[in-house]
Amino acid sequence: MIVADRKSLQEILAMVEDNKKILISGCKGCVTVCNVGGLKEVEILASSMEIARKKQGNDIEIDINVLERQCDTEYVAGISETVGDYEAVISLACGVGPQFLSEMYKDQTFYPGVNTTFFGGATEHGIWEERCAGCGTCIIHNFGGHCPVARCAKSLLHGPCGGSSNGKCEISKDTECIWDTIVRKKMEEDRLDDLLGIRGLKDWQTARDGGPRRSIREELVKGNI
Amino acid sequence: MRLSYPADVKIIQVPCTGRVDILHLLNAIKDGADGVYVAGCLEGECHYLEGNLKARKKVEYVKKTLTELGIEPERVEMYNLSSAQGARFAEIANEVVENIRGLGPTPVKNDTAA
Repeated sequence: MIVADRKSLQEILAMVEDNKKILISGCKGCVTVCNVGGLKEVEILASSMEIARKKQGNDIEIDINVLERQCDTEYVAGISETVGDYEAVISLACGVGPQFLSEMYKDQTFYPGVNTTFFGGATEHGIWEERCAGCGTCIIHNFGGHCPVARCAKSLLHGPCGGSSNGKCEISKDTECIWDTIVRKKMEEDRLDDLLGIRGLKDWQTARDGGPRRSIREELVKGNI
Repeated sequence: MRLSYPADVKIIQVPCTGRVDILHLLNAIKDGADGVYVAGCLEGECHYLEGNLKARKKVEYVKKTLTELGIEPERVEMYNLSSAQGARFAEIANEVVENIRGLGPTPVKNDTAA
């Protein structure tokens, strides 16, 4: 899933400091699963902002909703009749949400209430870790199911660098050296030879290096069936 | 025991403090309460195993939020006592009211505050 962190209350409050009536819109997708933009988090943000504004003696009217997914135009279209009732909208979806909203409702101002961070999963309740960099050419099967593109600080594909020490990466004692993990797994499986082959250059054009990406499935495109 | 505690304290009963939500605490402050405290069972003695521990974490979250908003975090507290400690219950109620009085009225202005 896409993982995000909520922006600080001060940053969000500053975005709408001149507004008296706003909407906070959550998303039932990834941000609900990573506890940053679902119904509960939308309600908590609304309540916190109302406390802040009442403290200033500058009340604000806040409505809330949670869209099925802010990354689907059919759900974004669901607020077409009410979106104009507000001076601004704070989206608690990932970075896709406020963009889809802005594209559909050109006269409204949408603010991102979260910082979108990475593709990952929860390793334990309350802790999320990056697992995928969306490079567009998945080769994790070559590395025992671990992704060195996302999980090695240098995205190395031919083994650990000199910064690997006791299974940790030199960038932080809390960061696992994924190459240490890959090599150990291969040794345990007695398949270290898998890593000895010379790998061709990775084509980074499928990653962000090739510019904004687009995925087209002809069989699904309207008019083709 | 016929113990008395300040009439300022409004008691809201829940089956277990694990039921207390961040929103209950935040909304109480939003709606004009000068302070809120959660009185849970003694740690390690929760009938539902860890309801009181979860409540404490939620109280800590709300304290952090209030700090971020420039409001005294002491307005929200967590206490642990057993249901057999009537005297302690009254003592805590007095302590909380005294502490909140020391902080003064809530800075959250409500025209319709209860």
